[in-house]
Amino acid sequence: MNRSLAFLPVAAFVILALVMWRGLYLDSKELPSMLIDKPMPAFDLTTVDGTSVTNDSLPSEPFLLNVWGSYCLPCLVEHPTFMRLSESGEIPIVGVNYRDQKALALNWLEDNGNPYAFSILDEPGRFGIDLGVYGAPETYLVDSKGVIRYRHVSVLDETVWREVFEPAIAELRAEEAE
Amino acid sequence: MSSHLTSQVRLRKFSGFSFLCLALSILAVSLPGLSFAQVDTFEFETQEQQKRFRSLSDELRCPMCQNTSLSGSTGGVAEDLRREVHRMIMEGMSDEQIEQFMYERYGDFIFYKPRLKPETILLWFGPLLFFLIGAIVLVNIWRKAKKMDAEPVVVTGDSKSRLDALIAEHDRSKAVAKNSNE
Repeated sequence: MNRSLAFLPVAAFVILALVMWRGLYLDSKELPSMLIDKPMPAFDLTTVDGTSVTNDSLPSEPFLLNVWGSYCLPCLVEHPTFMRLSESGEIPIVGVNYRDQKALALNWLEDNGNPYAFSILDEPGRFGIDLGVYGAPETYLVDSKGVIRYRHVSVLDETVWREVFEPAIAELRAEEAE
Repeated sequence: MSSHLTSQVRLRKFSGFSFLCLALSILAVSLPGLSFAQVDTFEFETQEQQKRFRSLSDELRCPMCQNTSLSGSTGGVAEDLRREVHRMIMEGMSDEQIEQFMYERYGDFIFYKPRLKPETILLWFGPLLFFLIGAIVLVNIWRKAKKMDAEPVVVTGDSKSRLDALIAEHDRSKAVAKNSNE
């Protein structure tokens, strides 16, 4: 029989080992969003302060959509970053107050500061389902046409901002300026 | 009057006998959807609707607490999704429509049985592929062995004289052993 066939098991082993090696470093918690390059789902809701909002209320430039809740501890961790971004006016931030209570949400904003242009009130988590949210915090990058371009799951701290969002936003702005 | 059914599942009391415990834990493992179901009180109009709710929330995976079904998860999003499944069943949507709704939002991950498409082909047929490779190797070894058995062994030249010498040696020692026994 052909001698080179003897190396087949070795080759198979190497390929399998490489696939599994890569698997070790994949984050199985981070699920790909189904809404990338799709428009933001339609909504007709109110903000946490009771004003009604629809898709038309969204900024007409690239913005961040941050899913938060007063019960969510990691949200407190990323909060200073959002405060800094809103104070420097780097990019508008829209909040989604997800599965929370209005009173608690308002308290939280008062205690910690409000970096959001507005926060969409989603007490029953129904808008969250349309967004494919599976838990706060999540942050979406949305372009000026209201199309979702990127999703980040869990804390968006300064490192994530610098390494992921800043370049992505620069790229998006360059693309839109064309 | 329609009989209102709830999806409430009661865990039965069981006594301390270890055998019973064992039996129950086997049951618990084999019926995960039933034994760990979260207690929601959804109302259904027909038994059929309740059955569909049960099977859908067993087949759909909780996106937050991975490796639990919607029915087994205490996660917030699982609770919301169970409520959505119930709403859609009551609105008369088919299982396929409900699955499509979930797919559009959460992707393949939501299904314990992912859909068959190019990205999931390896997932579905990978085991079959490995089985086939194993089978081909096995059949080859078997055929080779059979061929070797069928061929007469031809010994010539140097090896033949060495073999003859060995056989002669063997016969001699046998003869010696026989003589010493007598």
